[in-house]
Amino acid sequence: MSLRLRHAGLNAILGMALVGALLLTIGIGLCWMPYDPLAIDLAHPLGPPAWSHWFGTDEFGRDVLSRSMLGARISVLIALATVSVAIALGTTLGLLAGYLRGWTDRLLMMVTDAVLAFPGILLALALIAVLGSSNGSIILALATAYTPSVVRVVRGTVLSIREREFIEASRSAGDSALATIVRHILPNILPPVVVLATSLFGWAMLSESALSFLGVGVPPPAPTWGNMLSASRPYMDVAGWLSIVPGLCIAGTLLGINLLGDALRDWLDPRRQS
Amino acid sequence: MIASVPAPLLRFDGVRIETSGRSGSAPQTLLEGLSFEIGAGEFVAVVGESGSGKTLAARAILSLLPSGVRQSAGRIELEGRDLTQLGTLELRKVRGAQIGMVFQEPMVSLNPAITIERQLAEGMRLHRQLSGDEIRQRSVAMLERVRIADPACCLKSYPHEFSGGMRQRIMLASVLLLQPKLLIADEPTTALDTLSQREVLELMVELARDNGTAVLLITHDLGLVARYTERAIVLEKGRLMESGPTGQILSNPRNPYTRRLVESLPRGRADLAAVPITAPTVLEVRKVCIEYPGRLGLFRPGIPKRVVHGVDLEVRAGEIVAVVGASGSGKSTLGRAVLGLKPLAAGTVRFNGVDLSRMSAAQRRQFRRSAQLVFQDPYSSLDPRLRVRDIVAATLRHADDLHATEKRARVQAILEEVGLASFADRFPHQMSGGQRQRVAIARAVVSRPRLVVADEPVSALDVTIQQQVLALLQKLQSQYGFACLFITHDLAVVRQIAARVIVMSGGVVVEEGLVSSVFRNPGNKYTRELLEATPALHVAAPPR
Repeated sequence: MSLRLRHAGLNAILGMALVGALLLTIGIGLCWMPYDPLAIDLAHPLGPPAWSHWFGTDEFGRDVLSRSMLGARISVLIALATVSVAIALGTTLGLLAGYLRGWTDRLLMMVTDAVLAFPGILLALALIAVLGSSNGSIILALATAYTPSVVRVVRGTVLSIREREFIEASRSAGDSALATIVRHILPNILPPVVVLATSLFGWAMLSESALSFLGVGVPPPAPTWGNMLSASRPYMDVAGWLSIVPGLCIAGTLLGINLLGDALRDWLDPRRQS
Repeated sequence: MIASVPAPLLRFDGVRIETSGRSGSAPQTLLEGLSFEIGAGEFVAVVGESGSGKTLAARAILSLLPSGVRQSAGRIELEGRDLTQLGTLELRKVRGAQIGMVFQEPMVSLNPAITIERQLAEGMRLHRQLSGDEIRQRSVAMLERVRIADPACCLKSYPHEFSGGMRQRIMLASVLLLQPKLLIADEPTTALDTLSQREVLELMVELARDNGTAVLLITHDLGLVARYTERAIVLEKGRLMESGPTGQILSNPRNPYTRRLVESLPRGRADLAAVPITAPTVLEVRKVCIEYPGRLGLFRPGIPKRVVHGVDLEVRAGEIVAVVGASGSGKSTLGRAVLGLKPLAAGTVRFNGVDLSRMSAAQRRQFRRSAQLVFQDPYSSLDPRLRVRDIVAATLRHADDLHATEKRARVQAILEEVGLASFADRFPHQMSGGQRQRVAIARAVVSRPRLVVADEPVSALDVTIQQQVLALLQKLQSQYGFACLFITHDLAVVRQIAARVIVMSGGVVVEEGLVSSVFRNPGNKYTRELLEATPALHVAAPPR
C-alpha cells in the first residue's frame, strides 16, 4: 500500500514537472525567444542542431526552438479551449439528458448520435469550410466534434448515479432538481469526466495537427506543433529533428496532462485520502 | 491412511489463511488453524458474521481465494487427498465434478450472454462423456426437478428472463447435474425473499439427499441453520468458536459469542401494545394505485404497469406499522409514494389531514421536513463524497427557521444519540454497514419528523448489528414519538418492532391487523405461507 502510494505520488510529481515545464516554456516564449520564429533565412535551410540553433532550422531556415516555443502557446491554447468548450457543453447536455430522461433525453441523444455518425475530422472540415479558417473556428469545429462523446459518458454515469438512494434522499429532503444535480450528481461524475478531459486534450492536439495537414488548420506561417509535424514529413530522412522536436513536445505534454489528470482524479476521491 | 477407518468426505486440518502481505506490510491472518470434518451426505453449516472468514474457508476448498489472500498452512482433504497440493489440471477435475458451488448473488452468477441450455451443458461437456441428446435429456429432467415450469422453453431462454429465486434454482440445477459429492452453498438465499428462500433451500436439501451429496451451507442466518443442517461450525474473526450438532449449539450454546448470536435473533417478545385509537392520524392512504411506465416502443407509448392496486392504510402518531410482503409485492413503491417520491395513478395520500397533491409550496416544504425516509442499502444511500456531518445536515438545509449554529448543534446532538459523535468528519466508505445505517437514521431523525418510512432498514446487516440498529430505531421512536411505516420481508423483525402489520401481495393488501392476532391466527393463505416460511429457532427439526 505504501509502495503504491509512493508510486502514485511519483506519477503526480512527474506530471506536475512536465506541465510545469510546458507552462515555463510558454511563459519564457512570451517575453523572449532566441530568434524571430517567422524570420526566414533561406541561406541556412535544414540546418542540424548546433550551438547557434539548438534544435536546428527548418526548410526555410527558421529556428525550430523558437517555432516550438510559439507553437506551444498556440497548440495548448487551442487544445485547452477545445476541451473546455466540449466538456462544459457535453456535461451540461449529458446531465440534462441523464437526469430528466424522457423526451429531453431522446432528443439530445438523437442529435448526439447523428453528430457521432460523422467522422469527427470530416465534421470539423465541413464546419471550418463554412466558418473560414481561424483559431476560433478550429476550436468551435473540434469542440463540436468532441461534445457528443462527452455527452454519452456523462449521461451514462448520471443514469447510474441518479438511481442511487442518496439522490432520493436529497429529493426527500426537499432539494430542488438543480440543487440535487449540483450537490450530489456533479461531484460524483467528476472522475470519468476528468479522465475524459485529459484524453480529449491529446486528441484535440492531434486533430489540430491533422487539420493543419489537410490545410485547414492554423494558417501558416504561424507555427503549431501539429503543423510543424506535418510540414516536416518530406524531410524526415534528411532532417529528422524537424519531426522529433514537435513530436516529443506533443508526447511530453500529453503524458504530463494525463498523469496530472489521474492525480487530480485521485485527489478528488475521498476514498483515496486517508 | 488407515484402511479400516474411512476418511471423511472433507477434512480441514489446521488451515490458516492470510493476506499475502505484499509491499512490506505484515501479513494479516484471516482464518486461524481451522479444523473440522464433513462426512459423506452430511449437512453442515458454517455460521458467522461478515468478516468471520466463512466465505474464505469455502473458497479455499477449491483454491478459489481472491488475489492478495493465500492459504499459508494446513491441509484440506477430499476423501483423503490433499486438495491444496493439486496442480491446476487436477484441480479443475475436482471443481464442478466432485465439489459444486452455489453463490450468493443469483443476479450475477449466471452468464447473461448465453442461454440456460449452454450454461447447464457446460459442466457436463467438461466432466462427463455424454452425447448432445443425453445432455439435453438430463438438463430437461433436472430443470423439472427444480420445478421450472416449462423446461424445454427454459433451455432456450436467457438468465434475465427469470426471477432471482428461479435463477438460483437454475444455478442449483446446473451444479447438481454433475452429482457432486459436496455442494458448497455460500449464502445461497440471502438475496431472496422469504418464500423464494424456502423454495430454493427445500429443493437443495431434497436433491442433495437423493444424490447423497453433502452440503456445506455458509450463512449468517441461524434460522436457516436450525431448519436445514445437522451440524454447525461457528466462526468469529477467523477463529472457530464452537462446533457440534445444530440442536445442541442453538439450544445450549457454550461459547459466549455463539450465545450472543443466538440471543440477537429477533424473537417474539411480549406483544407490543397498540397505540390508542385516539391518537391523531399522521398518514392516511386511500385507494392508492401506482403505475410504472411500460417499456416504450419506438413509435408507441408504453403500456403502464400497475404495481399497487387500491391500497388503504393509516398510521397514527407514535405508531410503528409494519408492511410485509415478498419482493415485487409493491411495498417499497408504496413507501416511496406516501412520501410523494412516486406519482400516484389514483387515490389520495393525506399527511396530517392535508392532501399531498394539493399542498402549497410552503406546506410542501414543511412536509419534506416532517416526513423522512431510511433506505435499505446503507452503501448507496449515503453520498460517497460528503462527510457524515454534511450528510446529516442536508436534511436541515431547507430549515430556514433554524440558525446555522442551531443546525450544527442539532447535527452534533443526533450524532451523539446514534453513538457516532466522533465520526462526524468521516466519509461513508470509512464506516461499517451498521454505522452507515445509523448515519442514515440520524439523517432521517435530525429534522424531528412526524413520519419516518423505513424501507428494509436492517435486511442488509448482520444479525447482531440488526439488533443494535432496531434497538436504536425503537429508542429514537419512543423518544421523539414519530410515526413509522416499517417496510420489511422479515416477519421476525415485524414481531419485534411493530404493533400493527399490513401484509401485501401482488400490490394488494391481503391482511391487516395487530401483529399478535395476525401472527397467531393468520386469516389469509398468503400470510400463512409467509409465516411458515419464516425460519425460527423453535423449528429446530433436522432435515431428515
